[in-house]
This record gives sequence, C-alpha cells and structure tokens, in this order.
Amino acid sequence: MISLITDFVQELRTVGVPVSMVEAIDAMDALSHVDFSSRPQFKETLRATLIKNARHEPAFDTAFEVFFASRVPAPEPGEDPADSRFTGNRLDEQGWMGGSSGLSVESLIESLFEAMANQNFDMLRNAARQAVDRLAGMEPGRPVGGTYYLYRTLRQLDIEALEQRLLEMFMTDVDPDDVLASRLATEDARQAVEQLREALKEEIRRRLVQDRGHEAVAKTLRQPLVEEIDLMHATRTDLVNIEHVIEPLTRKLAARLARRRKLSHRGRLDFRKTVRASLATGGVPVEPKFKTVRPHRPEIMLLCDISGSMATFARFTLQFTYAMATQFSRLRAFVFVDAVDEVTDFFKPGIDFGEAIVRIGSEADVVWLDGHSDYGHAFEQFLAKYGRELTPRTTLIVAGDARNNYRDPRAQYLAEVADAVESVYWLNPEPRAYWDSGDSVMARYAPNCDEVFEVRNLRQLEEFVERVTDQRVSRTRNRSKRSVAGPMNRLVARKNP
Amino acid sequence: MSVFDSPSAVADALRGVDYLPDPRISQVAFLAMRLGKPVLVEGPAGVGKTELAKALAAITGRPLIRLQCYEGLDESRALYEWNYKKQLLRIQADRDHEWSELESDIFSEEFLLTRPLLAAIRSEEPVVLLIDEVDRVEMETEALLLEVLSDFQVSIPELGTVAASSVPLVILTSNNTRELSEALKRRCLFLHVGYPNPDREQQILLARVPDITEKLAGEIARVATSIRGMDLRKAPSVSETIDWARTLLALGIDHLDTDVVGDTIHVLLKYQTDIERALKDLSVESR
Repeated sequence: MISLITDFVQELRTVGVPVSMVEAIDAMDALSHVDFSSRPQFKETLRATLIKNARHEPAFDTAFEVFFASRVPAPEPGEDPADSRFTGNRLDEQGWMGGSSGLSVESLIESLFEAMANQNFDMLRNAARQAVDRLAGMEPGRPVGGTYYLYRTLRQLDIEALEQRLLEMFMTDVDPDDVLASRLATEDARQAVEQLREALKEEIRRRLVQDRGHEAVAKTLRQPLVEEIDLMHATRTDLVNIEHVIEPLTRKLAARLARRRKLSHRGRLDFRKTVRASLATGGVPVEPKFKTVRPHRPEIMLLCDISGSMATFARFTLQFTYAMATQFSRLRAFVFVDAVDEVTDFFKPGIDFGEAIVRIGSEADVVWLDGHSDYGHAFEQFLAKYGRELTPRTTLIVAGDARNNYRDPRAQYLAEVADAVESVYWLNPEPRAYWDSGDSVMARYAPNCDEVFEVRNLRQLEEFVERVTDQRVSRTRNRSKRSVAGPMNRLVARKNP
Repeated sequence: MSVFDSPSAVADALRGVDYLPDPRISQVAFLAMRLGKPVLVEGPAGVGKTELAKALAAITGRPLIRLQCYEGLDESRALYEWNYKKQLLRIQADRDHEWSELESDIFSEEFLLTRPLLAAIRSEEPVVLLIDEVDRVEMETEALLLEVLSDFQVSIPELGTVAASSVPLVILTSNNTRELSEALKRRCLFLHVGYPNPDREQQILLARVPDITEKLAGEIARVATSIRGMDLRKAPSVSETIDWARTLLALGIDHLDTDVVGDTIHVLLKYQTDIERALKDLSVESR
C-alpha cells in the first residue's frame, strides 16, 4: 500500500503537481481512518491531503483513475454481479474483441439510449462496458492513449444521432415555443451524452491499465498543467482552459494593487487630531492620529503586438487585457503591428470577448507599411499620439517578442516614454535563450524597462503579477518611511515597526 | 473527540441542521475531526463555505468563534492586545506602589483583551474556529496564523506560553484572491467547494426555503445551473438562488417559464450586462 501511494505521489509530481513529503505522510495518516471498500472515501481522502490547488484537480482525477482503476473495487459496490468478470484474467480468456454478449450494435445503442433517458448510471456503465467490448477494437500492447479507442467507439455508436433522439424524447412534453424549457432539454441531452463519454473513457482506461500497467498508461495520459501550457503554441482547447484561469488571476492582480493603495494610507502625524484624541485620556497622547494619504489610483496602459508571429500569444494577451478591463477602471489598451491604435473602447464591460477580437481585427488601424512588426515605428507613433497622456502614475506593460524584422529599433522613443511614466514592464513570450537571436532586439529595449519578464505560460504570468505588486508595495512603503521624519513620528515608528 | 464514526454519519448530522453536504464535504469534515487538522475551504462566493463552519459547530455542539479577516488585520485584532488605557489608569491610581509590584500587576489577565485566536485556544470547552476570508490578510499575518495553527499555542511575552486546553476544529475560508503560502496550505486539508449539481441544489432549496414545492425547487435548480453555464461576469451563487426561490414563492409562482425568469432574473444576477446576456441567451436560443 505504501509503495502504491508513493508511486501515485511520484506520478503527481511528474505532471507538475507539487506534493510535499509532509503531505504524503498526511495522506497515509488520513487513510488509516478510511474504509477502503468505499472508493469515493478513498479518493476524497487522497484529494484533500495531496491537492492544495483547485487547478490541479483534473490532473489528480486522471492520475487517480489510472492508478486505482483496477485495484480499488469499482464505483458503487454491489452494482452488478457481472462486474466480477472484470477482475482477474478475464481479458485473456475472452480476447480483446469480446463479443460474448452477442448483442448487435443496434440493440447496444438501444440499451444505451434507455440508460441515458432514464438517467440510470449503473445501466449506462454496463452498456458502456459492452460497447467498449464490441466496438473499441482494443489491441493489447499497443502504446496509444485512450482517445483513439474512444473515438472509434463513439463513431460506431453514432453519438450525434443518439443525442438527437434524446433531445426529441426530452422535448416530447415541452412546448417548442417555451425557450427556457427547450434550452434545458438541450442541456440535458448534452449532459447525458457527456456522461456516456465519461463512462466509455473510464472503461477504456481501465482496460489499458490492465493491459499495460498504470505507469505506462499514466505516461500516455500525461498533460501539462494549464499553467504550464506554452502560450505561443497553445491549441484551441488549451486556450479555453486558460480562459478559465485568467479571470481569477486578474482578480488577484486587482486585489493586490488595491491592497497596495490601502497599505500606503499611513502618512504624517496629524497633530490636531492627536491632541483632540488625547483629551479623552486626560491630555496624554495615547493614540497618535495620522493624516491619510490620498490613495493613488494605478493607471495601466497595455501595448500589445498583434502581428502574425504573435497570433496565439496576442489572443492571450488580449484576453488578459479583457479580463483586466473588468477590474480596473483606468486601463487603456493599445495594439500595434507597425502602427499603433487604441482599442480601449472595444473592451468596455459587457462586450463579448470574441466580438472584441473581431472588431480589433477589422477596425483597429495597426498596419502602416507592410504588416510586419516594427517596434521602432510603433513606439515613435505611440509617443507622438499618446505621449501627452502619459503621467508619472502610469504603468506601461508591453507584450511582444521584440522581433523587429531587422528594422531600426529606435529605442530612444521607448526611453522617452519610460521617462514619462512610472514604470515600464515588458512581457516576452519567447524563451530567454532566444532573445537577441535573429531579428529579436530585446537587449536594445531592455535598458529602458524597469524589468523584462519571460512570460511563456500562466505560471510565469502569475509570477510577474506577484513580483510587480510586491515591488510596488515595498516601494510605497519606503517612500512613506522617508516622509516620516519628525521626532514624534520616530517614537511612533519604533512602536509600530 | 468526535462522536462520528464515519463520513456518512457526519453527512447525516449535517443534513439534520439543514446543511446539505456532498460526499466530498462530509469526507473532509470527517477527516478534519479525526485528524484534528484545519480545513482550508476554497470556492466562489456564496456556495456555503461559511455555512459549513456554522453547521459543523451545530452538529458538534461546540461554540463558534469567528475571525473575520480583512486587509490590515494584525496581531492586536487577531490574537490579543493589552488594554493599555486601563493600564494607564491603573498606574495613575496607584502612584505609591513600587514599579516591580505594579508591573506584574498590570500585565495580568485582567488587562488582557483576548481576540478570536486566543479565545479559541484558551477556551475550556472545544470550539469551532472559523477564520473567514483568509486570503485577505497580508503575508505577515498569515505567518502568525501559521504559528497558531501548527502548535495551537500562543506566546505572550509578559505571561508566557498559552497552550490550547482543547484542540479547536479550524475552518479557514478563501475566495482565492491571492495564492496562500505553501506552508499554510501544507498544514491544512484542502476542500474545494464548487456550485452544487441540480439535484443537490434542489435539496438545498427544499431545506432552506420553507413551503417550496419539490417541483419548483427542481426547476429553479436546473435554470440556475443553466445560467451558470453562460459566460457571465458573476455567476449566481447558491445564496442568490435561495433569494430567488423566496422571491418566486412570495410572488405566488409555482412554475418557471421564460417570462417569469425574465421578470425576476435581477434577483439572481447583479450586473446589468449579465442580465442582458442571460436574457439574450434565453430568448434567441436556437433549437
């Protein structure tokens, strides 16, 4: 048992979920209070002790299914006597193609349909088992992931027709004009099909594990955690997953910047107020009062390269911008290829992100000469067009790979911009090792930035957010310390270090 | 220390106080009681994180001590503080005494203001300690919590170390506005609470809204789940669903259709853009 848990922990670490020694021990400890015959109890115990971040739960689920597929009794004990067939060496007896049930594909579909229509999970699981038996055509020893078998099965079951039939059935006693009811019926049908898909997946995974052992299967199923997906090469599904994570991240950023504003509230001693308060304690100034410093509202400007080479990353930065726009009232967004245009209005709250992207693509005036990135010209133009609006409170964030197509970098314009604003941060989606290779001119711009960050994945973006907000906090603190100078205040400072 | 011998016993007890747990919640609650470890509950606002702590207090018969976290929360608000105004008065009233005598006098329990953390530790009978919205405090305060949570003791320089007379059941809640420190997470059992599935939400409505029919509760739960599937700024929470159910009940509605939802959706959604989006999705839904 211990070795199984340590293997499992090892697998989690391999996919990038940080599990500490202490947590592994806790898990073992907690398992002694658990009834092993209950799979949910076992699973939730491991989850509660090993996983400390909701984002890691999908990885945990996958690893758990693989590791404990054939070891822990199948879900819901006492589900079906036929289940016992699945333990032991049944597969060797029957071969992978199975077919013992003798059900035709049509009757199989019928039983699936019935199970889905009645929301009968046990029945669904059984039917899914038979479907995999007959249709997946699993070959022992073949090193493929489950997806291949899953699609093979789904295709033969004609899943779309099945969903359509389900929908018709759910709609039978629904007035077709009742939009709400038909929406719910559609969702129910979709969800039922989703359940079938899950059941099939689980079944296929179980067989793969029996065939090749959990380590081999775990390897094929390994996927990078969402925060480690390379943003330059993210697929569509990756982007959808990323979308879900970005929102909390910007919320975090907003919360931290807001905190910074509050932290700086302690200013000079307010003599008048202190004396007034001392009256309550017989003239002894027990509670010093302070003047509050007017909070400074951060003003953020985002400048994104949206040229072809940056397509995927640009979509992501725009998404980040979109999410930030819902949190900051004073956020302005600019995009450029070889010319700059402001797109703040496209991100007004309530505007759909997809809509915004389409409008930026068609309406923003970002091409000047030939539609290849020209950072130099973009900065020059930015300074000319918006230079007057830069203030010492502005934070400028540039997102781009600094690939200038061998044109003049004209870093002096960025320097001028940097002088006008509080800070400039540059987010580069390329690996640090590629900087300044080929047409990348990162080194020319870097001296004008407060800091350049490699942001290839969400984890690095998160680090950027944490670093920047932390620095800001300490900087404001230092500043306010400088303003505290009088002898009275020094006393106070000693009291509240 | 606990009288519950299985997660299902915990689940039953929670149901008895109108808190509807899912298997995950009852399992973690059970482990927390068995292992005496704090639980970090994370999830969107309004899914019953705080309620869970209250329900646990109710089923264990322990008093609930609550520490509401906010930015700038410090030792003197979370742990203890010397009542220095009272100390000053004491000094003034007693001018004739020797300093050494006085010193031991003014740093006695009489002048100690206990704050929630110290109160939870000093309590004779075991308590449930709820540390609400722990993600709002600064790192420094978090370190302080850490000290208390790992050893269940507090050192007060003038008095010495106060060890817990009983181990409190600690529930920390977080809305995940910032990453909590690894050290804190390591010490806790982690529980992510999401939105309930329609069946559980129906049960919650039945338990929390008196006089609601099973049918209406079911419909509300399904519509709420459907609305959460939309791309909204703020998805409706369970507490908002409960408000919605109460509103519908007060209006004497016993069946949901598109018009009713359109008329009352402002109870469920709090942003104008969200309301518009939802109404749009509900009216032009293609079939």
